[in-house]
Amino acid sequence: MKILVCISHVPDTTSKINFTDGDTKFDTNGVQFVINPNDEFGLTRAMWFKEKQGANVTVVNVGGPETEPTLRKALAIGADAAIRVNTAATDSFSVAKQLANVAKDGGYDLVIAGRESIDYNGGMVPGMIAGLTQSNFVNNCINLEIDGTSAKATREIDGGKETVSTSLPLVIGGQKGLVEESDLRIPNMRGIMMARKKPLNVVEPVDADAETTSVSFEKPAPKGAVTLVSPDNLDELVSLLHNEAKVI
Amino acid sequence: MSVLVYTESEQGTFKKTAFEVASYAKAVANQLGTTVTAIAINTDDTSTLGNYGVDKVLNVKNAQLNEFNANAYAVAIQQAAESESAKVVVVSSSANSKYLAPLLAVGLNAGYASNVVEAPSSTSPFTVKRSAFTNKAFEITQINTDVKIVGVSNNAFGLVENSGSASAEDFSPSIPELGVTIESTDKATDKVTIADAETVVSAGRGLKGPENWGMIEELADVLGAATACSKPVSDLGWRPHSEHVGQTGKPVASNLYIAIGISGAIQHLAGINASKVKVVINTDPEAPFFKAADYGVVGDAFEVVPSLIEKLKAFKAQQ
Ligand SMILES: Cc1cc2nc3c(=O)[nH]c(=O)nc-3n(C[C@H](O)[C@H](O)[C@H](O)COP(=O)(O)OP(=O)(O)OC[C@H]3O[C@@H](n4cnc5c(N)ncnc54)[C@H](O)[C@@H]3O)c2cc1C
Repeated sequence: MKILVCISHVPDTTSKINFTDGDTKFDTNGVQFVINPNDEFGLTRAMWFKEKQGANVTVVNVGGPETEPTLRKALAIGADAAIRVNTAATDSFSVAKQLANVAKDGGYDLVIAGRESIDYNGGMVPGMIAGLTQSNFVNNCINLEIDGTSAKATREIDGGKETVSTSLPLVIGGQKGLVEESDLRIPNMRGIMMARKKPLNVVEPVDADAETTSVSFEKPAPKGAVTLVSPDNLDELVSLLHNEAKVI
Repeated sequence: MSVLVYTESEQGTFKKTAFEVASYAKAVANQLGTTVTAIAINTDDTSTLGNYGVDKVLNVKNAQLNEFNANAYAVAIQQAAESESAKVVVVSSSANSKYLAPLLAVGLNAGYASNVVEAPSSTSPFTVKRSAFTNKAFEITQINTDVKIVGVSNNAFGLVENSGSASAEDFSPSIPELGVTIESTDKATDKVTIADAETVVSAGRGLKGPENWGMIEELADVLGAATACSKPVSDLGWRPHSEHVGQTGKPVASNLYIAIGISGAIQHLAGINASKVKVVINTDPEAPFFKAADYGVVGDAFEVVPSLIEKLKAFKAQQ
């Protein structure tokens, strides 16, 4: 089985979010970039397939050279090869088109992407890859098992979960649950050394016009101070929620 | 060239978000000087949509669509959009709508903006405000394609009454072969879900153990709220993963979010920033959650929550 894992290079979860150039660009100053958490669960599940069922795992990112350390980290975790599509990630559609092209070109059986990236939160890329490659698609995937060309997946739904059966080629939008968090891997020294020798192929993009343009960014208005209520006076809290906030 | 809106239902009845997306579609239609057509799938009574500005309903009755299938639903909506020559398609931000929308975007060659929080600031170019960076910022996005898909964030636009009456006509899309088949569903049907809830009562590690959740459920019951939790609580198995709220869990966009014994780590706050009013109950006055909250009680959850339940019951009895 050939697996392609899409890796988004995102600001780490504790990053302060700021913008520059008249609020049109994300300010990368002092920001540490990591593998998108949803993708990390998918990558670890891919490692499980590799170790238990003999899969070959390639990781891919659409982005400039600055994303290579993130791809190297994925190699150090155990992926066999990496591909960087050499173009700035401008909108979800153009990214999905590049990834769909890589997926088709390489004849992958399974494409694992994260449910959404934690920066732009588009939640579009996995579904768009599935649409563009005409593959089956399971979103919000929290468990995946594969037997030959059949797949059984569990996905989170509002208020519960659902188990579905489908077949390869398959695209999933993965998230926490695909593996336990305690099973996520940190690259060790041997992995890091081996990653240096693994191929990281830079490929040029195919034509893909962006369908949407990011015009600018805004930060939420600063919040006023909290109104503290004494634990001995909860009637006041009920009254504030009813009369002032109008939420009960 | 009307605005098409997909109005979700469950067991034949519209979800609240159906009326919210209809209200949104009406606002867009007013800006464009056109009408609103809704597509309703296996819904019993579609007349209520008229109250939210829908002019016409395409009524789909099809047993193949009894269970949600993203691909089949996307195709049905695509065919409706094509038959109406819709230039704008409006969907919600439910998990199902977010599942089908990217497939629909590919099918319609349409640019799609998800998590949209306001009516378009301009329709030419078509510009919307969406939340990004897990609610830590907004992105102003322009959709450049001829057909546009807007995914509206839950509770962001609200319900707007636009009374009128919706005419209904039957619509029979041709459904493709389903590549994904549902084997089983495991869902508590009697509970308000986090995604639909207007009020969410959430508790964290400060509750000490799963045996203490009785009072959290009781508080949620009094308020008609959904229950939720912080990440360590679901990691420890005290509560199901589907209740885990935050950056790596579920986003919450309720009107009221009550956080009990939750410290307010940045990854938790990221998931609840879109909630309108936040109440925090925590023993530690230095807990970061107090900086994000509107109302706070510095106190022990084991004393505050039971007492709050009593006060709320008394308040409800008076109403
Ligand atoms: C990559 C990554 C992603 C993450 N994603 C998420 C996420 O999506 N969601 C999430 O929630 N977390 C997430 N986290 C974890 C997050 O950083 C915090 O660890 C977590 O939110 C803390 O949960 P908590 O507040 O329940 O527990 P704690 O930090 O243990 O806080 C418990 C709180 O309870 C209070 N307390 C104790 N006893 C009482 C009492 N009797 N009455 C009232 N208050 C009391 C304490 O004062 C304290 O503030 C993530 C972390 C990482 C690294």
